[in-house]
Amino acid sequence: MATVDIDLPHVKDHDHDPHHHGPAKGIGRWLFTTNHKDIGSMYLIFSLCMFLIGGLMALIIRAELFQPGLQLVEPEFFNQMTTMHGLIMVFGAVMPAFVGLANWMIPMMIGAPDMALPRMNNWSFWILPFAFLILLSSLFMEGGAPNFGWTFYAPLSTTYGPPSTTYFIFGVHIMGISSIMGAINIIATILNLRAPGMTLMKMPLFVWTWLITAFLLIAVMPVLAGVVTMMLMDIHFGTSFFNAAGGGDPVLFQHIFWFFGHPEVYIMILPAFGIISEIIPTFARKRLFGYPSMVYAVASIALLSFIVWAHHMFTVGMPLVGEVFFMFATMLIAVPTGVKVFNWVATMFRGSMTFETPMLFALAFVVLFTIGGFSGLMLAIAPVDFQYHDTYFVVAHFHYVLVPGAVFGIMAGVYYWLPKWTGHVLNESLGKFHFWMSFVGVNITFFPMHFVGLAGMPRRIPDYALQFADFNSIASVGAFIFGLSQLIFVYNIIHNARVGEKATAQVWDGAHGLEWTVPSPAPYHTFSTPPKVD
Amino acid sequence: MSDSKQANTRVAMRLGITAVLMFGFGFALVPLYEVFCDITGLNGKNFGRGETVAVEIDRSRTVKVQFVSTNPETMPWDFKPVERSMRIFPGETQQTAYLAMNPTTEWMVAQAVPSVSPSEAAQYLTKINCFCFERQPLDAGASQEMPMVFVVSPELPAHISTITVSYALYDITDAERVASQEKTKTGSQLL
Repeated sequence: MATVDIDLPHVKDHDHDPHHHGPAKGIGRWLFTTNHKDIGSMYLIFSLCMFLIGGLMALIIRAELFQPGLQLVEPEFFNQMTTMHGLIMVFGAVMPAFVGLANWMIPMMIGAPDMALPRMNNWSFWILPFAFLILLSSLFMEGGAPNFGWTFYAPLSTTYGPPSTTYFIFGVHIMGISSIMGAINIIATILNLRAPGMTLMKMPLFVWTWLITAFLLIAVMPVLAGVVTMMLMDIHFGTSFFNAAGGGDPVLFQHIFWFFGHPEVYIMILPAFGIISEIIPTFARKRLFGYPSMVYAVASIALLSFIVWAHHMFTVGMPLVGEVFFMFATMLIAVPTGVKVFNWVATMFRGSMTFETPMLFALAFVVLFTIGGFSGLMLAIAPVDFQYHDTYFVVAHFHYVLVPGAVFGIMAGVYYWLPKWTGHVLNESLGKFHFWMSFVGVNITFFPMHFVGLAGMPRRIPDYALQFADFNSIASVGAFIFGLSQLIFVYNIIHNARVGEKATAQVWDGAHGLEWTVPSPAPYHTFSTPPKVD
Repeated sequence: MSDSKQANTRVAMRLGITAVLMFGFGFALVPLYEVFCDITGLNGKNFGRGETVAVEIDRSRTVKVQFVSTNPETMPWDFKPVERSMRIFPGETQQTAYLAMNPTTEWMVAQAVPSVSPSEAAQYLTKINCFCFERQPLDAGASQEMPMVFVVSPELPAHISTITVSYALYDITDAERVASQEKTKTGSQLL
């Protein structure tokens, strides 16, 4: 990024302006707020709650898999757990966390006073808890919660789904509307509210990655809404979109779902790329290496994501031409991703690096995400995918890109910006304690899954053959280490909000950018007068 | 300020319309997918339905046509081909049949859905008459022979020597009952 020199507006001046006041009092502040910082905080707290609920479900899964045989839960309930864990982590934890970070940081990074459409912002947050109440309430319904996997393939979810599938569909509709409104808001903010002089190619990378992610959301969330609407019609209105008996086609479901599903996985990782691209330059005390190539790489990943969806379906009976096309298109994505990893490493090369908590998470991200990327390349090879398909190798792959990828990216961002939100310097020993427990836990959990997967252990099964027992019990121990260490994360955040040394405006001594020019904690209203960026 | 407000509304409107269009695109994928399968003959499900046309019979080679039947787990009927396989000359009109028996104590309706493997062969196989064109009702305990008349085009590529025709038989009794009830309902209204 180009150096940003800033003319600070007179921050203290807005006492005279009747429109600028502090937060309202009581619960009304949170219900009716249109302030991007309040809404950002609510998104982040909501996402943390969902992360803990989804994590609890993961622990139930891992406890059952600690030993072969059925010990703790019924297979039907196990299926509900795998389904709900996936849905809650994807739509409830990772996506809202990124929207929360976007709400908090994007206006401050581009010198805007707030989001472009503040009322819609309030609405897009407040419908989200209802979507998840509906989804979670299905656990207590007759017939149980959805049990067909987070990919809800037809006819499992249509002909054979539990009665609660209808609630699941409405839940997906509501969270889809919320994401689309959030994305519209972010695009409008970035396009219209940049401070004078903040050209597109001067924007911080977090803003760039979110701009591209928001376009992906607008392109694919409606397709998800479409596919669940078709399910609804198949279940209740006698249509046959996915019902072979009526002339429909179950494979069509998979095509439409993955047309949404593949861009969706990039929706969950691109903002993390942005966060990492902010943190590494700060703690390497160097400018980001290859800023323009980073922007183009993110854009190419986003475009490629639309033409690779069928690599999730290699075993469905596609013609050879299709397999070859989707195999090579998928491998092509490794090129822009490789550019990004190279640029991060080159940024650190000969930098004066220090290893504060956010930087540790960022470094773990680069290493572990790359491992997940490599197992993804292995899965992209169509002929060998016939062996890996639906095994624990796939589970290992996507957890490596999502947990030490997306989730570590979010945690890195939270630790990086927390002093700006609370005004307190981070307690490094607590942060490092959390980091090392998570780092060790995540690897003990997911690394052995590669081995059992290659040996043929199928996913979404509550019982398994004896030969997989050792690696599974190791993975379960790791899962409990990782899961419990998130309590340190929760403690850290609460602790930092209450006590700590007063943080300076810049917080980290290598930090550059507009968000580091406002005091810590950031006042309720920032950049009411746009700063000038040269 | 109002300028920027207008700009925001404009961007929001455009993006909102894009979202609505993409919702429509999701539905458009259904016919697009059918068209794509038709053109390319992929998926093996859209093999043609046509009239008898006099084509020259290619007696220089024979093709083996195999018949397979599948019942989904919820379908209790006995369903099997009369002949498991036959050797035919491309261009020659052939007749065969499937046997169906309803072992339950209820009247039931079934619908057969065909598929051809290899999918490349799908576009060269034409059904002149087929039990899959119609719904097949059967009384409790009744059985029937369901005929199928087909022809394999002489243009079939030389490297295909075996074609497998598979039928999956689905129970559509419930859907059929709802439809007939609605029919009687509207009928009685007319009276």
